[in-house]
Amino acid sequence: MTANQLMIDVSGVEKAFTLHNQGGASFGVLDNASLQVQAGECVVLHGQSGAGKSTFLKALYANYSVDGGEIRLRDGEQMVEITSALPRRIIALRRQTLGYVSQFLRVIPRVPTLEVVMQPLLDLGVDAAICEAKAKDLLQRLNVPERLWSLAPGTFSGGEQQRVNIARGFIVDYPILLLDEPTASLDATNRRVVVELIREAKARGAAVVGIFHDEDVREAVADRLVDIKAI
Amino acid sequence: MNKVIDAVQSDAGVQQALETALQQEFKEEWKDIAPLLSVRELNKFYAPGKGCGDINFDLYPGEVLGIVGESGSGKSTLLSCLSARLTPDSGNVIYNSERFGEMDLYACEESMRRVLMRSEWGIVHQHARDGLRMNVSAGANIGERLMAVGERHYGDIRAKAEEWLTAVEIDTGRIDDRPSQFSGGMQQRLQIARNLVTHPKLIFMDEPTGGLDVSVQAKLLDLLRNLVSRLGLSVIIVTHDLAVARLLAHRLMVMRRGQVVETGLTDQVLDDPQHPYTQLLVSSILQN
Ligand SMILES: Nc1ncnc2c1ncn2[C@@H]1O[C@H](COP(=O)(O)OP(=O)(O)OP(=O)(O)O)[C@@H](O)[C@H]1O
Ligand SMILES: Nc1ncnc2c1ncn2[C@@H]1O[C@H](COP(=O)(O)OP(=O)(O)O)[C@@H](O)[C@H]1O
Ligand SMILES: [Mg+2]
Ligand SMILES: [Mg+2]
Repeated sequence: MTANQLMIDVSGVEKAFTLHNQGGASFGVLDNASLQVQAGECVVLHGQSGAGKSTFLKALYANYSVDGGEIRLRDGEQMVEITSALPRRIIALRRQTLGYVSQFLRVIPRVPTLEVVMQPLLDLGVDAAICEAKAKDLLQRLNVPERLWSLAPGTFSGGEQQRVNIARGFIVDYPILLLDEPTASLDATNRRVVVELIREAKARGAAVVGIFHDEDVREAVADRLVDIKAI
Repeated sequence: MNKVIDAVQSDAGVQQALETALQQEFKEEWKDIAPLLSVRELNKFYAPGKGCGDINFDLYPGEVLGIVGESGSGKSTLLSCLSARLTPDSGNVIYNSERFGEMDLYACEESMRRVLMRSEWGIVHQHARDGLRMNVSAGANIGERLMAVGERHYGDIRAKAEEWLTAVEIDTGRIDDRPSQFSGGMQQRLQIARNLVTHPKLIFMDEPTGGLDVSVQAKLLDLLRNLVSRLGLSVIIVTHDLAVARLLAHRLMVMRRGQVVETGLTDQVLDDPQHPYTQLLVSSILQN
């Protein structure tokens, strides 16, 4: 990855929701949204609640479909247009290129915290010992008590689950990182850890798009602040 | 890729090896690979609206396809047609066989289909009694499939049976017990072991967690998820349980009254459903 390499190229994205079972109500959320993000850059989205920030991020992850426009993401030498890509292409992209930390952890029953965190790196075929060392390091940095590592996170507090989620999101050095309020339920100490992680990701050339409520986090990581209604 | 990583010691080396390996994988994965299974214009109706029709899709190696929809929507009918157990009224199912090359399932000889069923394919039935022989030992249930592909050495067969019992978390001490003495969850796991012992490429599953209670389901799902990703299996799984679909499937086909109403990446279909029926299905009203 070299500096000033285009990593994310969104143009003319349209997104509306139609609620078929509630009288067919339809409303537009994204209208001709465009955004470019370079390697090493962190763009922070802002706008009112309900303005479409998470929708935009989910469209970048191909978690939401779009009604129009194009979303190109860099995968090695290639730009992949994800709104028309096959599911297996998206899955490969998510495995090695595209990281996403949502506000909530979707737990897999029975799987202990340490494994939840290791999994994405293991899936890339990396040696288990290396994955484990990296997972422990992240959990430690995020102050997740060691006694929790062998337990499934289903019963953890909101903040604990969120830190497990962050550790899982940062275990692979994804070239593109999407962060939806990862610091929402964290105290100041842990927010600072997340800020460090984001800065490290930027330093190795990752393109980051994030949503942050806290002024301090935003100040610390953002290269650019963009209003979701203006893109 | 594993080898590349295993050989690495230092941290800087890890990074480099990972990048090399990723580039290799990248190249391998995106050269044009052929679908494992191609389904074209498949129709099978018992009566108007009862069965399945207009089915078209490709399944690629390593993909897990979930078929979801309410009871009676035609999921099991479709699965039977795909797995050479039910002749469709019309349409083609093309399978890319390791042994026979590209073959049209319903235009080839019966004997070829039988070979597929006992070697390259696995079928996990909703009711273990449909997939197991209940009155012979667990070891014999696994061994039988090995013998069907020509394995003759008793010691090897027993060793492989033990290996697969361990893989599905059944104590090898139970190898001589009959499945009728097993719990429902163990029977399902034995069924899976019996199927996997011949290293199939493609597994068909119909409601594999259907009759099990929730904690047993979770264990089975976890096991399936691990085996599928570790062995790189291609799977077509029928389920009416959207949580199961979310956990296991890469992509989904949503069926209603015998037709596919929506298809796509699993989390996209479940989180941003487009079709009125899918919206109803994922909304809490119909979710269990
Ligand atoms: N899957 C969905 N189905 C229907 N409507 C949706 C869906 N996801 C989001 N919306 C709607 O789209 C609009 C934008 O939501 P979004 O979650 O993107 O807002 P946001 O800017 O992230 O807000 P917040 O700051 O509160 O998180 C809202 O009106 C929301 O209700
Ligand atoms: N052998 C059969 N003969 C007649 N009708 C059948 C047969 N098998 C299934 N059906 C009917 O076809 C429809 C689809 O059934 P099935 O594929 O079992 O649905 P699902 O697996 O989605 O619950 C249902 O109306 C069912 O009653
Ligand atoms: Mg939001
Ligand atoms: Mg059925």
